[in-house]
Parts: sequence; C-alpha cells; structure tokens
Amino acid sequence: MTPTARPTAGSDPRLLLLDERDNVFVVRERIRSGETIAVSGMPITVQAALPLGHKIARRDIGPGEKVVKYGAPIGSATTAIRTGDHAHLHNIKSDYTPTYHLDDVKAEYGSSE
Amino acid sequence: MTMRGYLRADGRKGIRNTIVVGYLVECAHHVASEIAIPFRDKDVHVIGFPGCYPNSYAETMMERLCTHPNVGAVLLVSLGCESFNKYKLEHLVRESGRPVQTIVIQATGGTRKSIDEGRTFVGDQRTRFDAMETVPIAVGELVVGTVCGGSDGTSGITGNPAAGRAFDMLTADGAACIFEETGELIGCEHIMADRAVTPALGRELEASVAKAARYYATLGYGSFAAGNADGGLTTIEEKSMGAYAKSGSSPISGLIKPGDVPPRGGLYLLDVVPDGEVRFGFPNINDNAEIAELIACGSHVILFVTGRGSVVGSAISPVVKICANPETYRRMADDMDVDAGRILEGKATLDAVGREIRDVVLGLADGQRTKSEELGHQEFILTYKSFEPIGPACLPAA
Repeated sequence: MTPTARPTAGSDPRLLLLDERDNVFVVRERIRSGETIAVSGMPITVQAALPLGHKIARRDIGPGEKVVKYGAPIGSATTAIRTGDHAHLHNIKSDYTPTYHLDDVKAEYGSSE
Repeated sequence: MTMRGYLRADGRKGIRNTIVVGYLVECAHHVASEIAIPFRDKDVHVIGFPGCYPNSYAETMMERLCTHPNVGAVLLVSLGCESFNKYKLEHLVRESGRPVQTIVIQATGGTRKSIDEGRTFVGDQRTRFDAMETVPIAVGELVVGTVCGGSDGTSGITGNPAAGRAFDMLTADGAACIFEETGELIGCEHIMADRAVTPALGRELEASVAKAARYYATLGYGSFAAGNADGGLTTIEEKSMGAYAKSGSSPISGLIKPGDVPPRGGLYLLDVVPDGEVRFGFPNINDNAEIAELIACGSHVILFVTGRGSVVGSAISPVVKICANPETYRRMADDMDVDAGRILEGKATLDAVGREIRDVVLGLADGQRTKSEELGHQEFILTYKSFEPIGPACLPAA
C-alpha cells in the first residue's frame, strides 16, 4: 500500500485512507448491503454491496468539486456526494476522457455474472 | 541462486533459448502455427504480422523480436506475394549470428510441403540447442518491463506499488526497467517529469503524455475498459495514478519508443502512442500489443499486474502475473505467480511483496518458469503504427 495508507479513527477498519488530502476512502474488504458502518464518525447504512476496490465519500463533496484520491484529483463530482455515499460512475466524471462501461447494457440485456 | 543465460553474438544474454516461427502476413499464419504444433512444450513460439501492406514500425518490431536475446533461431514463413521486406529481415537475423531460414509457401509448393520443411528446420535447431552451453548472467544484464491489465481499485494500492518496489531493487542492482502506456499516465505527467534526470527529458515525458491525451481524445475513448469500472475505477485519471505506481521511485533515465533498447541500466518510460495524425486506430488494441512492444525493447521478463484477473502470457519472454486483488487470487490462483492482495489483508508489506517479485524475476534465470509459461500461454499481436525516432533529449548521457 502507499506509505500512508491506513484505516482511520471514526471510520470502519475496512475503509482505507490512501492520503490525508483524500475526500474518498477505498473499500479493502467487501461490505454487504444493509450493514451500518462508521464513516468519518457518522453511522451510514450501506444501500448496495460495496465490492473491494470501490470508493465511498469521506466527507460531503459538492457538485463540480474535485474528487481526490492518492492525494491527487481523479475527476469531478457531477452531483452532491454525501459522506458515506458510494463514489463512482453515477456521481463522478473524468476531467479528461469519458469513462466507458457496460452498466447500462447489463441492465438492458441482463447479466449472467 | 545461480543465474545462467545464453550468450548472443551482440553480447546480450537471454534467459530462454526460444525458436521463433514468424509469419509475414496472415495468409502464412496457419502454416506457421502448424509447424510449431509438434514442439508445443519445447519453447517454439509463433509471432507475426498480419498485414499485407508495408509498415516500417511492424518491420522494426519483427526485427527486434527476432533478434531478441531470448531468441536463438528464427524460421520465417512467407506466403510469397505480401509486401513485408522478408529479404532485409532474414539478412538482419543472419547478421545477428542466429540460424535463420525463410519458407515461401508459394515457392515451396503449398501448405503441406511448407509445414514439413519448417518442422525439419525447427527440429534440427531444437536438437542443437539442447547441447548449448550457458553462461553466468548478472542482474545488471537484465531488462524488465511492466504492464498492468484488467486493473481494478486494488491494483494501485497493492500490485502496482509492489511492482514499483521490485523495479527500485532491480534498477539499484543495475538492471534496465521499462514502464509504459503513456495513455495511462494522464494526470501524472507533472509529478513524473520531476523525476527525470534532466529538465529537457522531463519536458519530453510531459509531451509524450500530452500526445497520448490528444490521441485518445480524438478516438473518443480513454485507455479504460468496462471491467476497470466494475472493479471500482471511475476515471482514467484514477486508473493512471494507480498505474503510475508501477514505476517505483527511481529517477527516470530516458524515454524510448517501441524497439529502442535501453542503452544502460536505469528506469525508462516507453512511449507507445504513435506520432503524427491519428491513423491505424487505437495505439494498443489490447495488453498483448503492449507486451510485444516491451519485449521488442529487449525485456527478458514482463511483470504483469492484474486486479480483475488476466490469464495471458507472451511469446519470447516470460510474463510474471502479480495479482492485486485477494478475491481474484483465490479464484484464479493457478494463473498467478504472486499474491499481492495479501498487502490489503495486512498479511504482507509492500516491501516484502516487492522482494518476492524481484526473486521471482531472478529465479526465471535459474530454471524457474512462470504460471503462464507452464500453461502454454504464448499470446502475440502486432498491428499497424507509425513513429518518429526519439529526440536527443530522450536519452541523456549517463
């Protein structure tokens, strides 16, 4: 892990902070849907399962604000992201090129995964 | 550990003694594959270029691959009417001191006769190789490349920085290490430029990433696959920050392009994005296209970091699979050489996994084989591209 990566006080130990400047945590162990976990001192009930490697907001992030991970901007919030929200394609966009994904077609055609 | 290699006429040493069967147009691919079938487990690898139109990048790539230190002999398979300059390629391979033969299918009399003739050549070389002496090889004589594929949100936290630690240790011992995919360094160009050994090289590094950003913007897609998003990566910048960690923390000694061999030890960035206007499509259409370029730059070994779980290997050089994601590792352990996901679970440190990766690399020169080699993976792809030579600032004198 990056030298400063660590769990933080007030947050679930399955959440990893990569850099003090970050406004997102990385999920280092799968968190199940419906679990209530601590995020920056607040109890948050997880609405959908959070797989390994996904991000959740460490604090409130306003629309247009930079999302920061590894201490560096990784894109901009497209909507208000609240502390504990899953931070991903539905609320972050690249400042360079749009992200290609198959989430919409999975919903349309079904997925056997 | 006793590292041994095969000494070539140019002074470089290989850690494998592979026989390459190279097709010079897709029309000769089947014959090349059939020639190799009886030698499936005997280090006979098929590579080639499918196009019928000439392309100097592809010809340079084939030349560098056929004279790679891991390659001991070469059989070229031509249909006969393609545009590839087979005369020059055969000449250069012969000049390199390697046994070489070209089979022209139209002149030989078709598929069956060409296969028979090719198998005779390969069989003779294999027998000769079995008696070949090896010589000691030092860490400082190795070239090691790194690539990531099927990345996810764990790659940048475990596998990539661990590969970076291995790079730091290898370059400290004099090896040349190459990282790449300028399209996956978008957003990292300025911090990367600060590591260049000269300010002029730093500007070249930044320019290479700017070129990649322009190229991908024209194509409308970043170097980002749907599976990256499934694995928690949201943007190309995020993927880049993770990919950048593969480079470790050594100073950056130079910027090279496909087929350029690092002149000495150190850390090098490989610029894989074509020069000039956008043509011929995506810079690299998949991970193996990048691996082929790293090998054309002389890489004896490729470190491949994956989170989602790639299974590929390569022709010519062994591919070490480093699995970043502990869940993926448990599902696909048969394909993985290193379990870097232990870092995420608190069972190993980055330094420990970095050392393990370094030891796996050195072991490959001491009789060890990678999982992808054992499983018979020999993927290879080469397509059209266009490059200008590197500028004088790209390789500052030591």
